[in-house]
Amino acid sequence: MAGLELLSDQGYRVDGRRAGELRKIQARMGVFAQADGSAYIEQGNTKALAVVYGPHEIRGSRARALPDRALVNCQYSSATFSTGERKRRPHGDRKSCEMGLQLRQTFEAAILTQLHPRSQIDIYVLQADGGTYAACVNAATLAVLDAGIPMRDFVCACSAGFVDGTALADLSHVEEAAGGPQLALALLPASGQIALLEMDARLHEDHLERVLEAAAQAARDVHTLLDRVVRQHVREASILLGD
Amino acid sequence: MKETPLSNCERRFLLRAIEEKKRLDGRQTYDYRNIRISFGTDYGCCIVELGKTRVLGQVSCELVSPKLNRATEGILFFNLELSQMAAPAFEPGRQSDLLVKLNRLMERCLRNSKCIDTESLCVVAGEKVWQIRVDLHLLNHDGNIIDAASIAAIVALCHFRRPDVSVQGDEVTLYTPEERDPVPLSIHHMPICVSFAFFQQGAYLLVDPNEREERVMDGLLVIAMNKHREICTIQSSGGIMLLKDQVLRCSKIAGVKVAEITELILKALENDQKVRKEGGKFGFAESIANQRITAFKMEKAPIDTSDVEEKAEEIIAEAEPPSEVVSTPVLWTPGTAQIGEGVENSWGDLEDSEKEDDEGGGDQAIILDGIKMDTGVEVSDIGSQDAPIILSDSEEEEMIILEPDKNPKKIRTQTTSAKQEKAPSKKPVKRRKKKRAAN
Repeated sequence: MAGLELLSDQGYRVDGRRAGELRKIQARMGVFAQADGSAYIEQGNTKALAVVYGPHEIRGSRARALPDRALVNCQYSSATFSTGERKRRPHGDRKSCEMGLQLRQTFEAAILTQLHPRSQIDIYVLQADGGTYAACVNAATLAVLDAGIPMRDFVCACSAGFVDGTALADLSHVEEAAGGPQLALALLPASGQIALLEMDARLHEDHLERVLEAAAQAARDVHTLLDRVVRQHVREASILLGD
Repeated sequence: MKETPLSNCERRFLLRAIEEKKRLDGRQTYDYRNIRISFGTDYGCCIVELGKTRVLGQVSCELVSPKLNRATEGILFFNLELSQMAAPAFEPGRQSDLLVKLNRLMERCLRNSKCIDTESLCVVAGEKVWQIRVDLHLLNHDGNIIDAASIAAIVALCHFRRPDVSVQGDEVTLYTPEERDPVPLSIHHMPICVSFAFFQQGAYLLVDPNEREERVMDGLLVIAMNKHREICTIQSSGGIMLLKDQVLRCSKIAGVKVAEITELILKALENDQKVRKEGGKFGFAESIANQRITAFKMEKAPIDTSDVEEKAEEIIAEAEPPSEVVSTPVLWTPGTAQIGEGVENSWGDLEDSEKEDDEGGGDQAIILDGIKMDTGVEVSDIGSQDAPIILSDSEEEEMIILEPDKNPKKIRTQTTSAKQEKAPSKKPVKRRKKKRAAN
């Protein structure tokens, strides 16, 4: 769209945020009774739902069981009504497969799989709104915590972009569609280790550090929020139990 | 076929070698294998060989109607296929994970980075645009498919010529190659992927892993850059945890590598262009090296034999006569006798030489006289230390110690002195103490 400024002269973005500001995040844990763990997260207009089953016995071929670790299985599904134009195939297409693989890679690194040998952990993520990988990862983290599966640390993800020499944190759909460079980063906040790093579109090497730093800072902010959500949830649960 | 698993020995060997900064093929940590680019007879066809990994790329074009939301842009379509001839593990149904990953990476690297000007592919806005299709086939898998595939894709795109089109008002004329020369695509920049393999939880990294190294790696980081040092794609995969400065360091290394590879590509394109213009032979058949084995034909290598006789006589004169081997049978018990001795067990060399070896038997010994061999084996006599215990009837009393690193076989010697010494060299020189068994 011509004439749409992603970053105004006063430093405001299209939706009125500053360069390093995140969108409003609201999350709830334990939304489904049947699943071992579930979570719902809203990041601006992007809504993601994650459900975790496990650890349970390997379904399907026993041969896939790993003798010393658990198998993490992730599936990503994007609702047909999520994008501007109705999508025809919600899952099975390449992008969903790739997203599933990336989620799996992220969580295999974060979940302490050694504690559950020969078992399987399933993570299903449903995303409404052509949003980003970040909301999926955040939702999945909360769901895994809700299920009580031990993890090394929270996995917090955030996206970042680069416009006019400034790094923007947490891109909205409009900013993504504009076609500038986008970086998606999944971080373990305590150690600062990057579980997954993905970047698209051209970015000059000199700016890489700034964008990485902006994404890392945003991920740490997300961590503060998620931490608060988890503590709130635990407090509510203990009140219900009458502690 | 299922992939044959890597043995633990091999895995450990590879990892230890990497810890010592050694690679199996002798490369340095940041070295690429040899890249060979060859072109086919048609425009847009090329084979890229990265070491032994071979990828075939072919570009073709077609006039189609554009996508609804992008009416003035052409369409780019990428397809990477892992051919069954590339590796026994690649089967028609089995490869989905790897295939999805590679395809998505190629798409993001080439399409999202806008290396091709898609607006120039528009013929009639909203009605007819060019669809450029890049097909990549992996012909041989020896590691690092991504790099080879990205090079093949970009080379094929640079090499390709599409038919010329002219629009006059409402009339669109498509010229055949005979009428008008085909037109190259307009390429803004050439993104090239560089792969970094991480080992031991990110402690060691290697550029351009080959197939064995890929099997033992923890994770892979792919950075696609162009020669202007713009990063087109970064993708980390596998279970590794990266640190920010590792990523920054890799991007610097990638910048250097991409510059080299881009130069190579431009040179290859230029050469091919020159050959075609001059009317020389081009195509795959020409670029496959002529390796013929001519049977029944051996090249005669001239050897100077003028002074052979003199040399032979010298050798014979200096050599001493071979020693006599005396071996008398030893009677252990009635019914059990032993003639001769075997070669000494050299496994004991690796152990601490302080340990005294009590060998239960063997007063009989085969003694080798000091044969001076031209190979230069040094022989030293050991002076007797404590009272030498002479046990055998043999006339040969000299004891020879052969240095373990020069001559691995030691003949059991007659026992003279008791202790074993430790030689100053790394491997100890052993002397065995023989206790005399009951007669």
